[in-house]
Amino acid sequence: MESIQEIEKTVRSFLEENMIFYERENSLDNDDNIFELGFVDSMFALSLVTFIENNFEIKVESEDLQISNFSSINNITNFIQNKRQSRVIE
Amino acid sequence: MNNILSQEQETFISKISMFSEQEVKTRSKDMDEQGYFDENLIRRLSEIGLLGATFPKEYGGLELDPLTYGYCTEEIGKSCSNTRALMTVHVSLVGETILRWGSQEQKNEWIPQMARGDKIGAFALSEENTGSNAKGIATTYIEKHNKFIINGEKKFISFGDIADFFIVIARNNQEITAFIIERDLEGISTEPIKGLLGSRGSHVSKIYFNNVVVPADRVLGLRGSGFTYIVNTALDHGRYSIAWGALGIAQASLEEMIKYASKREQFGKRIVENQLIQGMIGDAMTHIHAARALCIEAGLKRRNQDTDSIIHTSMAKYYSSKIAMEIATDAVQVHGGNGCYNTFPVERFFREAKILEIIEGTSQIQQQLIAQYGLKKYSPRKTLI
Repeated sequence: MESIQEIEKTVRSFLEENMIFYERENSLDNDDNIFELGFVDSMFALSLVTFIENNFEIKVESEDLQISNFSSINNITNFIQNKRQSRVIE
Repeated sequence: MNNILSQEQETFISKISMFSEQEVKTRSKDMDEQGYFDENLIRRLSEIGLLGATFPKEYGGLELDPLTYGYCTEEIGKSCSNTRALMTVHVSLVGETILRWGSQEQKNEWIPQMARGDKIGAFALSEENTGSNAKGIATTYIEKHNKFIINGEKKFISFGDIADFFIVIARNNQEITAFIIERDLEGISTEPIKGLLGSRGSHVSKIYFNNVVVPADRVLGLRGSGFTYIVNTALDHGRYSIAWGALGIAQASLEEMIKYASKREQFGKRIVENQLIQGMIGDAMTHIHAARALCIEAGLKRRNQDTDSIIHTSMAKYYSSKIAMEIATDAVQVHGGNGCYNTFPVERFFREAKILEIIEGTSQIQQQLIAQYGLKKYSPRKTLI
């Protein structure tokens, strides 16, 4: 299983591939809210769910649909980590 | 057909093609002209499995993969847009969304009934002042004693007048939530909308919610997830269905164009011999092949659960509906005055094609989404901190 740093790196890579940067000086911090900053559109939320499920072998359920779970690199990473841990416990 | 479908899948598509020709096409003119959907056809659609086409077998569905479902949608769309619309709404918008985000109890309750055709679902999003800007809905909900009270008015809801239940999108201030609501609850009424350009047999209606009390277990997904997850999931599935349905109209228009041009004589020869007519046929052929390629690409990406499937679906929907309109327009042109007369099916294709450039996200909304994807994909890569 990947370390939290590896998860974070994979998530960052996916987000960077799917964000729109109009300015070269844009950057993405781990706590930046990708939706509020307008880096992605709302349809991207569904692609992000598919990405998480495909890459980390977890199932995103309806009770997980709080936008805060997916709003930043740190939140996404923590969400994946928590889902995996809960699966191990089960 | 090709090597992306199994023999079993090809056989099923052929069966649906025959069903469409024999049982759907024969009803399409009458349903359009009379403005109704034949109840016997609903029963036949359920018997052949199309009302649960993509649903898992455990819920009584056929569990068709996205590509097979797409081809079946094209076959139905060739014959009748109202029947294709029932599949779009019932299977794609409502069924697929409940399957993706519904609770286990909701799936157990609704999906088997939908597959059997015992319950027909409709998707209630649009309103008088809310079309493309789905976030701008005015229908409200408040929570009271662990129940929700819904007030508002929905407009242009396909099958709203005959559906047994609706997925209703409502707001509480900035929070947008989806609910599964049965039509027989107190405070719900519907009103058919007449005078439409197309979808005349799809029981398009207004739905009124007047202090409708909804139990808490009717929330679909999580509170607040109504737009980002529920609406977007539904529209994505709806667009996929429309893409293939538009392809069906385009194909049917081409076939009618060729049939008529091969028979019609002017100036002592069949009009199909005129190069300008052949130009329209050549364009139609090319556009249809291109649209089918986009639909297949979207289907394969959906089958593989590719993260780009959503945008490929948008491209397929945008292009297929655009060329369906163009080819239906040319088909009317080839028919001349007869093309403007409802004795010939191209008159109906022309009206129905226009609808597909508008529903499930207008062409202009699709263009924007596709442009955003292009900006992401082809902008020079930046070095990020």
